[in-house]
Amino acid sequence: MNLSFLPYLLTATQQERPETTLDGFLFPVQGSEAAAQHDHVFMILMYVAGFFFLLINAATVYFSIKYRKSKSPEPPKSSSHNNTLEIVWTIIPTVLVAWLFYIGMDGYVQRRYAPEGSYEIKVTGQKWSWNFTYPNGIQHNELHAPMGENVRLIMDSRDVIHSVWIPEFRIKMDVVPGRYTETWFNATRAGEYPLKCAEYCGTEHSSMYAKVVIHDRPEFDQWMLENGNLLADLSPVEAGEKLFSIKSCVACHSTNGTPLVGPSMKNMFGSERKFTDGTTAVADENYIRESLLEPNAKVVEGFAPVMTTFQGLLKAEEMDAIIEYLKTVQ
Amino acid sequence: MNTHASSVNYLNHETGFKSWFMTLDHKRLGLMYMWSTFAAMLLGGSFALLLRFELFSPGKDLVSKDVYNHLFTLHGAVMIFLVIIPSIPAALGNFVLPLMLGAKDVAFPKINRLSYHLYLIGAVLLVLAILTGGLDTGWTFYTPYSTSTDTSVVIAVFGAFVIGFSSIFTGLNFIATIHKMRPPGMTWFKMPLLCWALYATSVIQILATPVLGIALLLIAAERIMGVGIFDPALGGDPVLFQHLFWFYSHPAVYVMILPAMGVLSELFSTYSRKHIFGYSFIAYSSIAIAIVSFIVWGHHLYVSGQSALVSIIFSALTYTVAIPSAIKVFNWVATMYKGSISFTTGMVSAMSVIWLFGIGGLTGLWMANLSTDMHLHDTYFVVSHFHFVMVGSALFSYLGGVHHWWPKMFGVMYDEAKGRFWTIVSFLGFNLTFLPQFLMGTRGMPRRYFDYHPQYEYLNKISTIGAAMIGLAVFMIFWNLWRSLKTGKKASPNPWGAATLEWQCASPPTPHNFDEAPAVGDPYDMSLIQFKSDEEGYLPINPCEHDPLICKVESTEA
Repeated sequence: MNLSFLPYLLTATQQERPETTLDGFLFPVQGSEAAAQHDHVFMILMYVAGFFFLLINAATVYFSIKYRKSKSPEPPKSSSHNNTLEIVWTIIPTVLVAWLFYIGMDGYVQRRYAPEGSYEIKVTGQKWSWNFTYPNGIQHNELHAPMGENVRLIMDSRDVIHSVWIPEFRIKMDVVPGRYTETWFNATRAGEYPLKCAEYCGTEHSSMYAKVVIHDRPEFDQWMLENGNLLADLSPVEAGEKLFSIKSCVACHSTNGTPLVGPSMKNMFGSERKFTDGTTAVADENYIRESLLEPNAKVVEGFAPVMTTFQGLLKAEEMDAIIEYLKTVQ
Repeated sequence: MNTHASSVNYLNHETGFKSWFMTLDHKRLGLMYMWSTFAAMLLGGSFALLLRFELFSPGKDLVSKDVYNHLFTLHGAVMIFLVIIPSIPAALGNFVLPLMLGAKDVAFPKINRLSYHLYLIGAVLLVLAILTGGLDTGWTFYTPYSTSTDTSVVIAVFGAFVIGFSSIFTGLNFIATIHKMRPPGMTWFKMPLLCWALYATSVIQILATPVLGIALLLIAAERIMGVGIFDPALGGDPVLFQHLFWFYSHPAVYVMILPAMGVLSELFSTYSRKHIFGYSFIAYSSIAIAIVSFIVWGHHLYVSGQSALVSIIFSALTYTVAIPSAIKVFNWVATMYKGSISFTTGMVSAMSVIWLFGIGGLTGLWMANLSTDMHLHDTYFVVSHFHFVMVGSALFSYLGGVHHWWPKMFGVMYDEAKGRFWTIVSFLGFNLTFLPQFLMGTRGMPRRYFDYHPQYEYLNKISTIGAAMIGLAVFMIFWNLWRSLKTGKKASPNPWGAATLEWQCASPPTPHNFDEAPAVGDPYDMSLIQFKSDEEGYLPINPCEHDPLICKVESTEA
């Protein structure tokens, strides 16, 4: 059983996450086919823009020195218009921008929609975690994918708009509630990459993050096997502990007593909870169940009603396992 | 010419709070707008400094995550709605436009006063929103975040709604003024280029602002009454809001930059003492930008899930904006050729803008590009791009324009050496702040992030140091201007030798602007204006000797 990701998740801070690995001065390493296309267009734009930027600024500096008042107190009367010149410097930018538009469009058309027969992963965004559902029904908070294969992400959000950005792959697509959006990649390097939320979504926006792991095919299949049967392979408490991480509960609820966005789970079970509306209740199985399905029905005093429901994201057995695990968090 | 400038003028002919607050004088309204934008700039600037100091190191430095989210929202909302949009059109435009047309006032002085009062009411509402729960939606108010957060969204959108009307009324007023109040002899193509720019801006303000008003009211309707327009839980579509919002807010970018381009045309011509190069191309390019600005909003939605075909059309349309923008820049630079250039604060600002708009405008090529935007969208690259355009270009032009017309507004000269020095410091600070942000963006730092990986730390540190430099420099620029009111040398009616009409009236002008009808000629023909050392300024020489045609037209129409 590979539990190596657990310590990283439980103490997840910006410092300990995999971060973009730079390749040279400008960009992260090229992790996908699209990355090479992006960088190519980027550099063409750089040369065109750089040329015009230097041209206009060199002319400005040169003229300001040559024609400064002390050197040129009474300049000879010079022309104030020249139609040929105007037409030339209208046509040149027109041709250039048409070309720049075209090379941008050319790559975009290929990058926008996944080729047929891609491996499909369903992505769900919610404040402030990501959930990935694989074709065999496995759900995880890490995006694992095989190298060298087309992978299509079909995405939606359960609350506000989020956005999937994997800098190494140079892809970005908003994740919108009430509709599916899609993007795709073909990873060219094995390794771990960050997936960042790029659309502002509230308090923990800068922590809304997932780990992308690209394996070669045999390793990917192995990972699938190991993560496929949590409930069958592990005891309910062990499975619950793992689910508590995989479902990103840890992003907002610590197990060591530290309040995060939500209250800590330490000594929660069986304790008396005080709520924002002044009522109290003892935390039992039904309380946890209600908190998962209708999180804002009872909000613990001192916290904001910001949790999104896990209705539809947890199977009954998974919920049982999480409850069993929480009983043991003392 | 008027030589008794220090006697009765628009500043001293009546006194007291009411004489200012209830004034119908376009000059007084212009000044009040200007002081208001300065005050709002200090407020929005303080928010910016707090943000930058928070980002000095990874993790928490100063404020909590929620406070940070409020700060970047309010920084954006204050700077856009209370500073940049009213800066050149309402502050400089109100003061200068009627003077440039040799007119007594704008076409509808009472609507003009109403515009300012609406602006104040909107500003009060925004402050009220800050005091009653704040605002954490980002200045873009994206749904469904804005319909679900428990901050003061309704009050804030109502404030922006009211300010929108202020902007619409100003646009209406300027269009009527330019159509009906040009003096005899001033045809469309004898107008100063700032008038063309203000005209194009006004068209955008009138046609686009109502759509923002509608979008904001719909947010309020959804929050108060639960009408399902944008919230998918109620059957709405959150992306619809983005279309409505950017249908206004992209043209609004040109409400910020077009008048700045108008100011630049005046600055380059005046301080090069040379006729503006390619007048008609600059004039037409303003109109072209105004028209194209309406059909490019979809480039804000490339990664929203918008279909590929729609994105391709918007990309093609967006690229066309580059053409009139490039034409303007080439013509400004050509204006300097064979000129006689004075490095006044106004000119140093204008030359800074060639650099800053060069970067801001050209990085637009990456944002318009479908391939590169997919990586750069919603990153610090975009943050830097639009700051180069809206601050580096629009606000630098505003401050350049304020220095240019300061002697006309108050009849005093500011300290040129200090003004120039602090303008250069702010230029350097600006580059130090925003150039590293392009790199943060390409390397993988999203915008609106409270926390970041240590990999981005040194870039953020440089950026914060630059921001502190801008803060100091802008404060010193204001201080230098303020001091000139007490200690500045008296200004002659035409200290710069400009040929536009506002320099023919006294500095500061009398309450009715012109004692005698100004002589209309080519607004950029500097050969008719000569320096007179005993006046410490420029005076027109008899135009009939140079161009008898002008005098003929005048005498037949008089």
